[in-house]
Amino acid sequence: MKNNAVLVTIVLSLLVTGCATTQQRLLDSDSSQVQLRSIQTRAFDTTDKEKTLRTIMSTLQDLGFVIDKADSTLGTVSATKLKYYALRMTVTVRPRGETQLLVRANAQYNVKPVTDPEPYQQFFTSLEKAMFLTAQQAD
Amino acid sequence: MRWLLALFLISILFTAGCQTIPKDAFSLSPESLAQRQMQTRKYETKDEAKILSACAGLLQDLGFSLDESETKLGVITSSKMRSAVNAGQQVGMVFLALLGGGIMPTDKEQKMRASVITQPVGEHGEYIAVRVTFQRIVWNTQGRVTVSESLIDPKIYQEFFDKLSKSIFLEAQEI
Repeated sequence: MKNNAVLVTIVLSLLVTGCATTQQRLLDSDSSQVQLRSIQTRAFDTTDKEKTLRTIMSTLQDLGFVIDKADSTLGTVSATKLKYYALRMTVTVRPRGETQLLVRANAQYNVKPVTDPEPYQQFFTSLEKAMFLTAQQAD
Repeated sequence: MRWLLALFLISILFTAGCQTIPKDAFSLSPESLAQRQMQTRKYETKDEAKILSACAGLLQDLGFSLDESETKLGVITSSKMRSAVNAGQQVGMVFLALLGGGIMPTDKEQKMRASVITQPVGEHGEYIAVRVTFQRIVWNTQGRVTVSESLIDPKIYQEFFDKLSKSIFLEAQEI
């Protein structure tokens, strides 16, 4: 009985200490940089950055997002979807070699980063349909 | 055994705290095509900048302030704050207060956002498609968000594009 009580106390205190430093979330240091990049990035066989950005915007609109801002020089688009939750997304486009563009998306669901591969896969599936190009794993 | 159960319950409580992203958040809904059609009109011109500036003029007519714009990509985003006080809720609150229910929070203000994206379409880019999307966030008297949604009433879009046609005409006439 006593052992169990100690166990529960330890488990609870572990859970609590997990929340102790909220500052750590500034750099989200708990996630792997390399793994995140491979989940969030795909390569497309095109060099038309502007057209790609425009297609990204129309895909986001189809998915129910409202565009917040866009910058063609930097190659970025940010958008928000409100549906009793807030899903915010930034997509960046940059050249890769002479023939490809790298598209990277990252999303935030309410106050949490989206780190599962599944939502990104769904996004790129929609995007490749709109691009008429295949999204290639880029690693 | 009882402790195990307690542990189980506690862990369930902690898991409930972590909301995960809904499965359909990134997939096309069956209504998405109809919504795209409702939110889009095309104009027979190659002058994207002209259409974009007519859109900016219209958003100003509608009381929005421009937040961001990127002419090269055909983007204008704008927003406005408005009151969200509605009579029904106020009456309800008064009734509840009279019945001794205390003062309930009611909707107070809302931020309304409009984002216009233009894009050349057609085989030789002879049309400019304009797609507008609206969102709003409503806060109550306690400063909590009570509604955050996309606006998908067809009437809104009908009216917007009626006014856009006028705006394009007015700017062509330099009024």
